[in-house]
Order: sequence, then C-alpha cells, then structure tokens
Amino acid sequence: MNTELLGVVATYLLTLVIAIPLGKYLAKMFAGEKTWTDFLRPLENGIYKISGINPKEQMDWKQSMKALLTVNSVWLVYGFFVLLYQDKLPLNPDGNPGMTPDLSFNTVISFVVNCNLQHYSGESGVSYFTQHFVLMFLHFTSAATGIASAVVFFKAFRDKTTSSLGNFWEYFVKSITRLLLPLSLLMAIILAFNGTPTSYEARDQYISLQGDTVNVSRGPAAGMIAIKHLGTNGGGWFGVNSAHPLENPSYVTNTVELIAQMIIPIAMVLAFGYFIRRKKLAWTIFGVMTIGMFLLLIPTISSELGGNPAIAKMGISQTAGAMEGKEVRFGPAISAYWSTVTTIVSTGSVNSMHDSTMPLTGLWQLLAMMVNSFYGGCGVGILNYFIYLIIAVFISGLMVGRTPEFLGHKVEAREVKIAAVITLLSPFLILTGTGIASFVFTNFGDADWTVKPANWLNNPGFHGFSEMLYEMTSSNANNGSGYEGLGDNNIFWNISTGLVMILGRFLPIIGPVAIAGLLASKKFIPESAGTLKADTMTFALMTFAVIVVLNALSYFPALALGPLAEYFTLLH
Amino acid sequence: MKKYIIQSIRLTLVLMILLCVIYPLIVAFAGGFSKGNGGGEKVTKDGKVVGYARLGQSFTSPGYFWGRPSAVGYNAAGSAGSNKGPSNPDYLKDVASRIDTLLKYHPYAKRSDIPADLVTASGSGLDPNISVEGAKLQVKRIAEYRKLDEKTVSDLVEKNTTKPLFGLFGPSLVNLLGLNLSLDEVRIGNRE
Repeated sequence: MNTELLGVVATYLLTLVIAIPLGKYLAKMFAGEKTWTDFLRPLENGIYKISGINPKEQMDWKQSMKALLTVNSVWLVYGFFVLLYQDKLPLNPDGNPGMTPDLSFNTVISFVVNCNLQHYSGESGVSYFTQHFVLMFLHFTSAATGIASAVVFFKAFRDKTTSSLGNFWEYFVKSITRLLLPLSLLMAIILAFNGTPTSYEARDQYISLQGDTVNVSRGPAAGMIAIKHLGTNGGGWFGVNSAHPLENPSYVTNTVELIAQMIIPIAMVLAFGYFIRRKKLAWTIFGVMTIGMFLLLIPTISSELGGNPAIAKMGISQTAGAMEGKEVRFGPAISAYWSTVTTIVSTGSVNSMHDSTMPLTGLWQLLAMMVNSFYGGCGVGILNYFIYLIIAVFISGLMVGRTPEFLGHKVEAREVKIAAVITLLSPFLILTGTGIASFVFTNFGDADWTVKPANWLNNPGFHGFSEMLYEMTSSNANNGSGYEGLGDNNIFWNISTGLVMILGRFLPIIGPVAIAGLLASKKFIPESAGTLKADTMTFALMTFAVIVVLNALSYFPALALGPLAEYFTLLH
Repeated sequence: MKKYIIQSIRLTLVLMILLCVIYPLIVAFAGGFSKGNGGGEKVTKDGKVVGYARLGQSFTSPGYFWGRPSAVGYNAAGSAGSNKGPSNPDYLKDVASRIDTLLKYHPYAKRSDIPADLVTASGSGLDPNISVEGAKLQVKRIAEYRKLDEKTVSDLVEKNTTKPLFGLFGPSLVNLLGLNLSLDEVRIGNRE
C-alpha cells in the first residue's frame, strides 16, 4: 500500500482511538456522574449565576426547544447587526467594509445554524472583531446547541416513563466548558506551533525572491480553525478554508483537523449507548454509519486517484491522481478522504476545491450530504439518524403486522407523521431550491443583481447544474462546503440559501426531540417475544435499506442530471 | 418566554468573555512562542524578508524552479482555487496550453515526464510545494541556465524534499522557496 493510502487508514484508526473513550466520557459527564473534569464546576456555577440559570430545574421537551429557539434568535439578531456595521467597530486593521444586508442575513444564519456557508471571503469580507465575536462565538454555540439537543433526546430514553428531560442550559454550558473549549484550546496550540498565525497583527507586505510585492492576510486564526473542526462547523478564517497554507500548513495539521471533525460525531453515537445503558444499540448504529461511510469513501478515493480522463488523453503523468484544486502537501488520497469526511459529518471545511473534483466524487459528496447522518454533525447526526430509525420501525411494524415499538414505547401515528414530514423536508428544500435557481438562471439571466444570473456558473453544462444543486444540498444539510465557482454573493442566493439553511436546521432538531419527548411520556412496555429489537443485525439492515431507498427515490433524477451526466460525457 | 430571553442575553454575554476574549488571548499568548511569534514564519535572505515559509510565491523567471499554476497569481491577500470543473472545455484548453509551454521550455522532456501538479491550479492558489517529479523535470533547464552541473541541482532538490511523515504517511514533496533560495546561494558560492 502506498504512503498516501496508509495515511488515510492511520487517520481513521487514530480517530476511533480518540472517539471511543470520548463517547464514554460524554455519557458520564452529561449524566452528571463523577468525571475528572469536575474541577470545572466552579466556572460553570459562575456562568449559571451570572445568567440567572438554575441548572437543577427540569425541562420537558417543549421547554428545552423553547430555550433553544430563544437563544438562537438572540444570536441571529445580534450577529446580523454586528456584521452589517463591522466597518465601524474596532479590531478591523485591514479596513474591511461592512456587509450588505442580504450577505449579512445569509452569513449570520449560516453560522447560527452550524452550516457556515460563506458567501464572503475571509481575507476581505470580515474584520478580526467579527471573526471572533460573531463567527467564532457561533462556532462554539451552534455546536453546543446541537450537542445539547442530542442530550435532551438521550435523556428521553434513559428512564422508563418521564417528561422531565434535564436542563437544556446545563447541557449547553457543559458542552462548551467540558468538551469544546478544552479540546479547542489544545488543538489551537498544536496548530499554532505548526505554522498557523495567532497574533492580531494586520496585513503584511514583503518583496518576493523575484521582486514582486506581495500582500499577506493573516490574523488570529488558530483558535477559530480549532473549533471550526471540533464543532463540525467548517467556516474558515481564509477564503479557501483549510486548503490555505496558513490555515492548514502541513500533513500533520491536516491529520489533526481531520481527526478533530470526526471525534465528536462518533463519540455522540457511542455516548447514546452508554447514556441509555444499551451499548449494543449504539454499536449497531455505529456499524451502519461506518458501512455507509466506507461505501462513499472507497469509490471517492478511487475516482480521485484515477485522475481526470480528459487530462489523461493529453499524455501527461497523473500517477498521483487528479490535482486540480488540490494541494501537493496533502495529495489526492487524503484530500478524497477529507471530502468524504467533511460531507458526512457536515463540517463543510475543505482542503481541496470540491468544484474541481471528478464527477463521481461530486456524486458521493452530494449523496453524503443528502443522507446527512453517517455520523453526521455535532449532536444532530444522531438526531437525523433517529428519523430514519423511526421510519424503519414503522415499516418493520407494518411488515410483521404489529404496533411498532421503539425501546419500550409505542410508535403511533403522531410520531410517524413527524418523522415523515422531516424526511420529506430535505428533498423538498433541495429540489425546489435547485429548480427555482435553474428557472431564474434560464429565464432571468439579465436580472440586475450583483452577479447576473447568466454569470452565476463558473462551468458550463452538467457541471454548472451540479454547482447549483450542490449549493442547495449543502445549505439544507447545514454542511457549508460549496462548489465555489458559483457566483453566490447576490440577493438570490443569499436569501434563498438563508431560508433553506434555517429550515434545514431547526425542524430536523425539533422533530426528533419532539418524537423522543412524546415517546418518553408514554407507558413503558416490557420486552416480550414479539418486541422488535432495535439492536439486531436484521434491524440494522432494515434501517440501512430505508436510508438507501429514501435517498435514491428522492434524489436520483437530480443526480442523474448533474454528476452522472458529466461522468458519462467525460468517458467519451 | 421572557425568562428565557433574559437568560439567553446574559448567557451570551458571559460566554462571549470566555470564548471571544479569554480563549483567543490564551492562544495568542501561546502562539507567541512559536516560530514567527504567531504572525506567520518568515524567510529572510541577507536580512531582508523574502517570503513566508508556508506560503507559495510566484516564480516565473527561467533561473528558478517554477511552481504550480495559481488562479490568483499567488495573491496572499485573496486566496482562491480555479474552481474549474473536470469537463470544462476552456479549462482543458488551458491545461493543454500549459503542457505546450512546459514542453517548449523543456525540449528534452517527454509528455509523460510532466506531472499533473505542474499544469493544474492548486486549491489555495498559494501552494508552496511541487511534486518531486515536477522538480526533476526542471533540473536540466535550471542547470543549463545557471551553468551548473545537473548533479549539483538535483542534490539541491533532494535536500529540499520532504519525505512522507515517518516515511510512512502522505506524499513526498519539494519546498519551492527553500529550493530556489538554495539555488541562489550556490551561484554566490561559485563566484567567490
């Protein structure tokens, strides 16, 4: 095996080595059992006291979601105005301008919902102040929002029948103080010592070896890059994200960033098992997710290592693989791995330009975001997966002719309706969004926007369609990566993706938590011979089949028009 | 509801102090001890800054090893990739003409000697590296231009090559700025 593939294997194994014990720790920590991080309690108590929060106060699922929506609304309003007027605020050494209202609308939603679609470029579009006080702040809080929601969901299955699901604020604060902040601190320091800047100095200028004058953007980036990965956020400091040599200076930092974005999503799945004392169930879920990931990963790597067939015809050497949009210090193998990781766990940071990846790679990237639950984002991954689980429980119930049950609670019409609505929401948002965009592109090409619709696409033909499909898919999945050739900083894309992102975030959180809350308040039915066991191989296969069928039915036509059509064109 | 709003605002303020002031200041303090003191590691020649160690810069003169095509002309204040799709006909024309240019300057080379990284734009537009094959292709041209023997030049390439991590993980690569700096040193050394 060559050194590039060996790097991929080693990175994944290292991820597991860290994620598995982390999962155990998270379960204990959120359950309030004794852990070594208890020394942070005074800090947390201070935070509760200043905020007027009583962490012992029990909330039901509705109260938890109300708290979640309230605090997220506060951030939306705050962030919108700060981005709008960033040019008048301090810490703007490069003199970058304030955002336009539509860009600010898009950016603040994007960061509040953990998506981090970026229609601005970090070097020229934001100040050091907004990078820290809006964007990095939201990196932490949006990740903690997802994790806290997942813990509320966990709590619903821990006790037999209950309506008190713990305290949302407590979970939220502990996600930051005992998970995100310490890990970010550690990682930021690793990055700093490997070449990522940390100081507040402004843009620099030097004269190059052959006499060119070069301006260099920099700034305190390391802290933000750490949390952008740990929180599966993905919004980077520089325009090209983790392809930038200061944002991701070496193979070592690349490995660290790859591991960082995967550990919490995996740990949350395992924590679910420890938390509700059903380890086997968590490992079964983990198994399905892992198989799903490898089914996406292997063809991605093979398609990238194969290189571009059109360039192969020119007779040059593509022994390394496809290199357009990639960095030499990473190489195509780990870049392909990154593209899979960042699309399955909804980070959306990139270390190579997805717009330039091979057509089939694009297909797998899109599919990964459409499924959005092979590990999935911080906390929300397991919630997304739960929707598939409920559908699988329901279908299995129909097949054997019994009332469907999940973990001792009857799954009835109301829960299935919620699950069905959430399932339909993604294809609805992605496909109508792409449809409207295509319509505007073909019929209103001359509309007087910052970027004319006729000039939106950086690439003609099927690939151009993929650029629009990718943008909508990424917004709905709260992923945030993009086919960056798309001219997206104009009123159409800013508003449309803004709306898709906000709907694609909060409904898929509220839905599963509501189902869990409703189930938890029902009578507990002890297991009998007729119980559908959720932790068996058969049921795992059933869930996997549901995931495949639902997504294939929803998206095949769109995928055929974009990446598949391009693939077949290139073959000729 | 009102209770939640007040709690939200107060929580936001206290977390801001922790996450947006204390956290980055600790990181900035620690980063002060790194190479380049947190402002990015610089490379100097004769006491003058000639570049950043991590950032690629443009090399177009025939006496230097050339780097990869950049969509932004190595503008370190506005990174970007080309974002060209693999089937884009204009893009494929660009690649073909880059190959022709390389063949013109390296008449001794076969098409199959040209590695893909030399004719495709990097993701950041600031790639500081090229592949080992990409450097080997240029050795003869540099040696002829600088009137050095090929062995001296390929030794320099060897010296500026980073092997895979622990010899096991990742690609081999050549540090372009380091290589071109060491080329300049040789010439000065020969004159003395």
